[in-house]
Amino acid sequence: MILHRCVIVSILCKFRLHLKGFVIMFSAIKPSIQSICFSHAVFLSLQDCTFFTRKEILRLHGRYHELAPHLVPMDYTNEPDCKIPLALIVNMPELKENPFRNRIVESFSEDGMGNLSFNEFVDMFSVLSEMAPRELKAIYAFKIYDFNVDNYLCKEDLEKTLNKLTKEELTPEEVELVCEKTIEEADLDGDHKLSFADFENMISRAPDFLSTFHIRI
Amino acid sequence: RRGNRRQAGGRGGVKGRGRGKKPASDDDDDEDDEEEDEAPRGRRGANRKKLAKKRGGNDDEDESEDEPPKRKRGGAANKKKGGKAQDKETKGKKGDGKGKGKGKGKDDDKDKKKKKKKGDSSSDSNSNSSEEEESMSEGEMARLMEEVEEKKKLIANIRNKPWRMQRRLKLLKEAQEFVDKFEGALGKGKGRKWYAYKVMMTKKWIKFQRDFENFRTACIPWERKIKEVESHFGSSVASYFIFLRWMYGMNLVLFGFTFGLVVIPEVLMGLPYGSIPRKTVPRAEQDTAQDYSVLMDFNGYCKYSVLFYGYYNDQRTVGVLKFRLPLSYLMVGIGTFGYSLMLVIRTMAKNADVGGGDGEDSDFTFAWKMFTSWDYLIGNAETADNKYASITTSFKESIVDEQENQKDENIHLRRFLRVLANFLITCSLGGSGYLIYFVVKRSQEFATRDDLSWYEKNEMEIVMSLLGLVCPPLFETIAELEDYHPRIALKWQLGRIFALFLGNLYTFLFALFDEVNTKLEEEQSIKNASIWAMKEYYANYSRLMNDSEATPPPMDPADVIRGPCWETAVGIEFVKLTVSDIQVSYLTILIGDFARAVIVRFLNYCWCWDLEAGFPSYGEFDISGNVLGLVFNQGMIWMGAFYAPGLVGINVLRLLSSMYYQCWAVMATNVPHERVFKASKSNNFYMGLLLLVLFLSLLPVVYTIMTLPPSFDCGPFSGKDKMFDIIMETIDLDLPAFMGTLFSYAANPGLIIPAVLLMVLAIYYLNSVSEAYQNSNMELKKKMKMARDEEKNRRNNADTTNQVMKDLEDLLPNRSLIPPAPPEPGQNYILMIALTFKA
Repeated sequence: MILHRCVIVSILCKFRLHLKGFVIMFSAIKPSIQSICFSHAVFLSLQDCTFFTRKEILRLHGRYHELAPHLVPMDYTNEPDCKIPLALIVNMPELKENPFRNRIVESFSEDGMGNLSFNEFVDMFSVLSEMAPRELKAIYAFKIYDFNVDNYLCKEDLEKTLNKLTKEELTPEEVELVCEKTIEEADLDGDHKLSFADFENMISRAPDFLSTFHIRI
Repeated sequence: RRGNRRQAGGRGGVKGRGRGKKPASDDDDDEDDEEEDEAPRGRRGANRKKLAKKRGGNDDEDESEDEPPKRKRGGAANKKKGGKAQDKETKGKKGDGKGKGKGKGKDDDKDKKKKKKKGDSSSDSNSNSSEEEESMSEGEMARLMEEVEEKKKLIANIRNKPWRMQRRLKLLKEAQEFVDKFEGALGKGKGRKWYAYKVMMTKKWIKFQRDFENFRTACIPWERKIKEVESHFGSSVASYFIFLRWMYGMNLVLFGFTFGLVVIPEVLMGLPYGSIPRKTVPRAEQDTAQDYSVLMDFNGYCKYSVLFYGYYNDQRTVGVLKFRLPLSYLMVGIGTFGYSLMLVIRTMAKNADVGGGDGEDSDFTFAWKMFTSWDYLIGNAETADNKYASITTSFKESIVDEQENQKDENIHLRRFLRVLANFLITCSLGGSGYLIYFVVKRSQEFATRDDLSWYEKNEMEIVMSLLGLVCPPLFETIAELEDYHPRIALKWQLGRIFALFLGNLYTFLFALFDEVNTKLEEEQSIKNASIWAMKEYYANYSRLMNDSEATPPPMDPADVIRGPCWETAVGIEFVKLTVSDIQVSYLTILIGDFARAVIVRFLNYCWCWDLEAGFPSYGEFDISGNVLGLVFNQGMIWMGAFYAPGLVGINVLRLLSSMYYQCWAVMATNVPHERVFKASKSNNFYMGLLLLVLFLSLLPVVYTIMTLPPSFDCGPFSGKDKMFDIIMETIDLDLPAFMGTLFSYAANPGLIIPAVLLMVLAIYYLNSVSEAYQNSNMELKKKMKMARDEEKNRRNNADTTNQVMKDLEDLLPNRSLIPPAPPEPGQNYILMIALTFKA
């Protein structure tokens, strides 16, 4: 019963999206990855700029294309300028369950609203890949947890983070306590908010950071 | 324009404005320069160098250099220039910058510009015009080279820069163009071809490395499968599969050795089946030799096959290659252990290098929980829900810890419960040990009888498998009393089940030794009897035929009286145990997980309560049981492989199939753990268990090789007093004489004892060194913590947290007169003491 309802709701959602002006082309819904083409130079530069191999980039493009078959052309030789809105990217199975999915996508988008071009899309998964170094990951982690984009993790940011992590199951007092403790632990300069230096200092010693802050695709 | 410029330069010289004074407006100057320069490449290179140093300084600087210069050369630029000319300050600055600060960049400019725009450049640069005559001096080349190198470094590191992709691509493109352009130009001198060649080779090498990397990642087997499991069930379950894969790799190598050096030579070059007694089924067994039940017991044709020790002949060499099969048999037997030992220890060392990461530092408990507890890998709703729950729980736990120190009665209760749990578990361990001993004794009784039912025949295996089924869940239930963190609980659980299996294993082994001893006695009598019969035969023969040259009795190999061949019996025991273990574990998965899942899933439609959420629900993946099953299975293989070379092959098949089977079973029938917990990063606990098992299984095998006499009529060592006599024989017969004496010297106790002593000393030394390192590590950690506290306090402008320091300060005379010591960066306690004393 519930499942059916979910399916119906999701279908409705999709329809609404489509009705917003997208043209559904049924033939393009199932793309064959083989037919996507890139120029060789694009491949090389993407390989140089990210931690991905040729095959992985192809696969990523396949995924990118799947997200919005009507928006993204198969042929990428001329590097067309197209962007996929946040709502579509966030529904990827890799991100769907992540409580910070919106923030992740927003921090990697040029415009800050979460519209990703293919390059940014690749960039996102490159930073989140296993090979990316700790320093790079720390920078983007900071951006992700910085909800109000003021380059500081202040108490509201921490509260939001905590509520997302625990699905708001902690009482306000507990949240307060945890945020206080977090700031107390990591804040070196005593301004009651975490600057990037504080954050990096803290995260560089975290044993789990590298193993948890990555997404396989 | 040029006029403007020169004027500006002049003014700059007059005004003498320091470039360094206003670095902020520097960027603008650069922009201007670029607009003016006809060939801005070199300038841009200089900028880039600066940029590289700044590491992604502000964006507009970048923008300026990334602007294609052609556009700006137009009227707009001129207009701008005109505007600028009025503004004397800027111009002055710029001129100065041109003249002095940017001298280096100028040089670069020149040698690039020289060909096309000679006039322009000469007018442009008035400060160092002397240099531009000669084509390309050494220093310039070196500089250019340096720059190219820097670009290359940029290309190599660009993926590590926290820039937007757009910008990264642009910079990369430019850097590549730059490198392409000037790499060739650099080699204008004598070594150009060589340089070009080197460049080409570097490119090829990089490409090769990349391809190789791709290839290597593609070569890791089951990577995708394991990742899939990991993303659904967390790293703890995945650690089992990684361990399984590692085990498969090791067994594959063992399999290669055993089959390549022992089994295949025997099959190809040894005597065929039926040629000699040991390779023939005895007459009495021939009728039933092909029965299914007999074959399933590994009797009949199985027993007299290449799978077991007894089949191998004691010919010194086989085939045209003169392959020394008995020697190779012994060497492979020992080499199996040597290789496994080396591999396990090496892997452990490597893992230890990676670092455990088990110990939670209390410095950043909450911060780390906040920022690193979400596993970004999770892509499954169920796992995510569990993760939310476990994060909440762990936060709550920490909060409770923070709010109140543990209450006394809680600690007592918990301690009591833990002691109780350990007591219960010890009891059940002892009980199961006794049960096994009892069963083994009974089976020895049964061994003499023939009228056995199926149950009585397999009693031992059944009881052992049942214990393996019942005890672990029992332990798990008892362990809930203890209330440990799941990761620690897993370790305890592993240790306990390990003890259980160990007891089982060792009672099994002692029973086996009893059996071997009775077989040895039996063999002795048969041997004597057959020798007696032989002698009688020869005596009769020579008496009847009056011929001293007797031929052996014309007997069919199937009719020859033979000994019990204890080695094969041992081998059969191990193979049977392994096979029954495989059956039991596969059936457990099929019934315990699959059938349960099917029932829960489909009966749920017509049942009174919710089966999925309620009582039976779906099974969880049993990490401890599976890991230990794997470890002990491997112990069986190590012990049995010497007596049954085919066992390794069976094991490889088992591991291969269980990889697919269990992956499927986990994905299809299991649900993630209630508390998804992260595995410790190194698998060293598993490896430690494996090492222990390896050592334990090494003991009996070495004991049998060194002390027990091999059977007189079966196996590669028949006719020898001891198995290792084969080595002596080889040394005596095949190696030159001096090698024999060398070995005898080496085997001298006078040499061995000092060597052992030396090794012990070396171990002691290394141990103490590592301890010292550990101590200094701790010391450093303490220092770091202190420094951190100090830093915090300094920033907060509060006094030190160190109680001793406070006390010391309080003890100072005339405390009230002294103003608080001004803290300085990098100051330590002693300095502070000195200061206060001075004051």
